[in-house]
Amino acid sequence: MELKTPLYSRHVSAGGKIVPFAGYLLPVQYPSGVIAEHMAVRTAAGLFDISHMGEIILEGKDALANLHHLLTNDFTSMYDGRVRYTLMCYEDGGVVDDLVVCRISETKYLLVVNAANRRKDAEWIRTHLTGEVRFEDVSDRVAQIALQGPKAPEILKKLAEESSIPQKYYTFVEKGTVGGVSCLVSRTGYTGELGYEFYCAPQDAERLWDLLLEAGKEYGLIPCGLGARDTLRLEAAMPLYGHEMDETVNPFEAGLSFGVKMDSHDFIGKEVLSKKMNPSRVRIGLTVTGRGIARGGEPVLTNGSEIGKTTSGTFCPYLKEAVAMALVDSSQTKVGAEVELEIRGRCVAAKITALPFYKRS
Amino acid sequence: MNLPEELKYTKSHEWVAHQPDGSARIGLTDFAQKELGDIVFINLPQEGDSVDSGAAFADVESVKAVSDVYSPVTGTVQAVNEELLDAPEQLNKAPYDSWMVQVGEISATEELLSASEYLTFLSGKEGD
Repeated sequence: MELKTPLYSRHVSAGGKIVPFAGYLLPVQYPSGVIAEHMAVRTAAGLFDISHMGEIILEGKDALANLHHLLTNDFTSMYDGRVRYTLMCYEDGGVVDDLVVCRISETKYLLVVNAANRRKDAEWIRTHLTGEVRFEDVSDRVAQIALQGPKAPEILKKLAEESSIPQKYYTFVEKGTVGGVSCLVSRTGYTGELGYEFYCAPQDAERLWDLLLEAGKEYGLIPCGLGARDTLRLEAAMPLYGHEMDETVNPFEAGLSFGVKMDSHDFIGKEVLSKKMNPSRVRIGLTVTGRGIARGGEPVLTNGSEIGKTTSGTFCPYLKEAVAMALVDSSQTKVGAEVELEIRGRCVAAKITALPFYKRS
Repeated sequence: MNLPEELKYTKSHEWVAHQPDGSARIGLTDFAQKELGDIVFINLPQEGDSVDSGAAFADVESVKAVSDVYSPVTGTVQAVNEELLDAPEQLNKAPYDSWMVQVGEISATEELLSASEYLTFLSGKEGD
């Protein structure tokens, strides 16, 4: 039985095509279609219901020590209102999840985890806590909305005082007010665009959603579904758990070493990872030059021999080309090198491309 | 639902337009293009290829997924609508003007539905 987010009826009344995703019923697209939604985010703005994401609070004297034990990044230098991307690993270096950590205070942190991993993460975190720390899974008490796109700042300015608008990427305002709705406002996102994410009470979600849509109308803001969320993150080469990484792929293979601080504290998985810093396979980008669209799990070939497999791929509406990410033999990563993809039994030409495919100018 | 009366339909959502010379043009129904969403790529057979009733002869890719297109007839591809290769979005914009292949020398045809039978089939499907 799938759950409904507090915005479910908004999606239905807007004509959203509803699909089950990570335990929730969510719109994969609205009548405008994935391409229009994707383009709106690149050129104007898009609004996403991301209430399915999981939120966990760690609070107490030993909260920071627990983050350092559980997670691969270093949180020592964070100040209040800062967000940091990190991985959470198993002892063998495989990834439990990727997540962001928001520092609310020196002793209180908000962890935002992937919806599909929420229960697994909660269990893993809970069983590894030590010292004086309180764990709380607040996912059901938090609705989450993302406003993404170059017009996002102008739209938000219509509804919020400057003090409620985070000015720098990966920062947040804890006690913000947007159109009279109390929410945490972070300058984060998963689209490669400038944007904000709002965390509010479920009972306020519809009001905030309506206010944002109304304020953004004149700027071309439209609601967007899971389809555009995926094409946008892929075009921006953002990794997705279950595709670019999972329990069998470690952070170095996934190209996420920036989120792993080997020279600071000890964390779960560090010992094994210290021997895997030069992985035999790594994540690369591919542009399909032949006719076809790669998805995940398709063999990547050089001179007829397999060097790896795609992890995800799609047609990018903004770049107007098909791209894929792949895990391949680390000796075969030269940008510009020609390879072949075996797509549904057909060999299609592709070339290795630098990541990200798309970067906001 | 746009279902031209003069066409025949399959349960796998292709339409068939019988031509005066006995050949048949085949395309994707309005229902199919709506279900697929934005179509961004199409892979078609070549002139002279043979197609088999009930077997896949082409695939179309939407932004999210790939789908097979099945031939309702057994025969030989006489013509391919190559305009679709460069403009697959035409399948979304004008599904009944966007024929994919024209098949001749037809030796077998699977059971085809009239517009009203296809509509009944779709209403059952939508009620699933």
